[in-house]
Amino acid sequence: MAKITLDNLAHSYLPKPTSEEDFALKELNHDWDDGAAYALLGSSGCGKSTLLNIISGLLHPSQGRILFDGKDVTHAPTAERNIAQVFQFPVVYDTMSVHDNLAFPLRNRGRDEAYVAERVNEIARMIGMEDMLRRKARGLTADAKQKISLGRGMVRKDVNALLFDEPLTVIDPHMKWELRTQLKKLHHDFGHTMIYVTHDQTEALTFADKVVVMYDGRVVQIGTPEELFERPEHTFVGYFIGSPGMNVFPAKVDGRRAYIDGTALELGRGYRPLDGKVEIGVRPEFARLSQSEGLPVTVRRVEDVGRHKIIRAEFFGHDINIIAGEDDHISADMNRVTFDAAHVNVYADDWRVPGEAA
Amino acid sequence: MEKTVNQKAWFLVLPVLVLVAFSAVIPLMTVVNYSVQDTFGQNQFFWAGLEWFEEMLRSDRMWDALGRQLMFSGIILAIEIPLGIFVALNMPKSGFWASFCLVLMSLPLLIPWNVVGTIWQIFGRVDIGLLGYTLDALGVNYNYTQDTIAAWITIIVMDVWHWTSLVALLAYAGLKSIPDAYYQAAKIDQASRWKVFRYIELPKMMGVLMIAILLRFMDSFMIYTEPFVVTGGGPGNATTLLSIDLVKMALGQFDLGPAAAFSLMYFLVILLISWVFYTVMVNLDKKGM
Repeated sequence: MAKITLDNLAHSYLPKPTSEEDFALKELNHDWDDGAAYALLGSSGCGKSTLLNIISGLLHPSQGRILFDGKDVTHAPTAERNIAQVFQFPVVYDTMSVHDNLAFPLRNRGRDEAYVAERVNEIARMIGMEDMLRRKARGLTADAKQKISLGRGMVRKDVNALLFDEPLTVIDPHMKWELRTQLKKLHHDFGHTMIYVTHDQTEALTFADKVVVMYDGRVVQIGTPEELFERPEHTFVGYFIGSPGMNVFPAKVDGRRAYIDGTALELGRGYRPLDGKVEIGVRPEFARLSQSEGLPVTVRRVEDVGRHKIIRAEFFGHDINIIAGEDDHISADMNRVTFDAAHVNVYADDWRVPGEAA
Repeated sequence: MEKTVNQKAWFLVLPVLVLVAFSAVIPLMTVVNYSVQDTFGQNQFFWAGLEWFEEMLRSDRMWDALGRQLMFSGIILAIEIPLGIFVALNMPKSGFWASFCLVLMSLPLLIPWNVVGTIWQIFGRVDIGLLGYTLDALGVNYNYTQDTIAAWITIIVMDVWHWTSLVALLAYAGLKSIPDAYYQAAKIDQASRWKVFRYIELPKMMGVLMIAILLRFMDSFMIYTEPFVVTGGGPGNATTLLSIDLVKMALGQFDLGPAAAFSLMYFLVILLISWVFYTVMVNLDKKGM
């Protein structure tokens, strides 16, 4: 296991990138702590798979360095990095038995059979496939195949990190939960550094200690699920995480007040004058429908999703979502909205402005 | 659920029955008709029973031709399948050169059989052919009209030239369908080039290779035009393959009865070998090789 350091890393698929636009992965400095579980979250094409492939060595970056425990491996081939990767589509060697699949990486490295047998049995126990070892890998279910690819990765004792590239895409929904739980348990028991790429926020938030949110080739925020929820550093994070995502409105901010279409709104913190595109963001969870207080809003419809209600409304010409408790009564004369001032975030050019507490 | 019985549905099968009847059943039955009768012309037929079949089974001529035929098919399969796989493995995977190679490879497949025969017939001639003349000039004793070995080499090289592309194209299609992740996983598992071929590429190509082997077997087993144009079955009977012999018998000697019996057995042999091959391969496939 190792700490993985990305130093000034960037990648472009073009031979001679000129502008920043040409980079699929924009310049990035980051340490992946030894033994932590990370999720790389972002929409399709945001560069997360590029980043993963650079770490695994399947791709060589256009600039910057990758260090494993301080050792430069930027140009080292995949095999030398001792990483394991689980791909989107299960990769198993169809013609081999489950046992031989698991033994394959060890045999390729010339380990003796006694050691191989011991490790394979150990891994089979970890992934719960002891009774299937003699079976051919062909014809197994997708989740069993994914477990085999995971096991093939973990069978090596010296593995530095386990990388997952959207591993649950082809798994049945009820098995997803089970596999994710098992993965989390494996991480807990054995402490491998894990990096998990996904575009599914539930997967990311339940799996990882820290979630790395990527947008347009850039890491926009690294944080715990709680931080991502309460203090999205970028409007994309606010919008991408949460269901529904954060409400964002253009506003003018002056000191402790924000003005939307000239109407004032109290903020929890004070702000210096801001340049560029200024917006405020409020999660639907921190907005509340009211009869008498707050700003005017026009309710369009109410969706009851079971554990809570989502109110779709119009607010100064913008769409707004408000979450109300399942038991909250919503009447026709509720045409005002209030925000929890402590959870109203201010954004300048899409990036969060910290503000001054006072 | 109640099932509706509607006998009119049989009419939907009619077109295909008619088509198969005219394209296969009726011609085949004509042959069956000839095979159990003797004729002296003027459409006079006499019942002969299984006599022709017995005669054919006793004749060395048919067994020799069958032996040569099996050897021919065996040799070309043993060359074309591995060579086709090798070519497919070394073809560019994408871009201009991939398309270029594909077109280049398809060219031999587009040439009519008798033209292929003519090309090689001239190519191999010692007096004017590039190949024959060159070999002769180099002091190699090469003359496919007189030397059995030279004749065999010529028709085998010709078939390899003509049909390896088909195997290569099928294998290439099989290779292209392998997702990148397999190669990446193999890299991470530190698999050698041979192991990548043995455990990833070959299993994934099995399906198309089966089709390739079957097609090449059936085609080569029925081959007529090219060897006929090049060697005419000679020297002597050295390259007289089954179909060449059959044509000699049926049209050259006009022995319709024996030829009909011959062709029925010929047909059954192809059917039998193809069936055995297919069954064995499918079973192997089920067991996962």
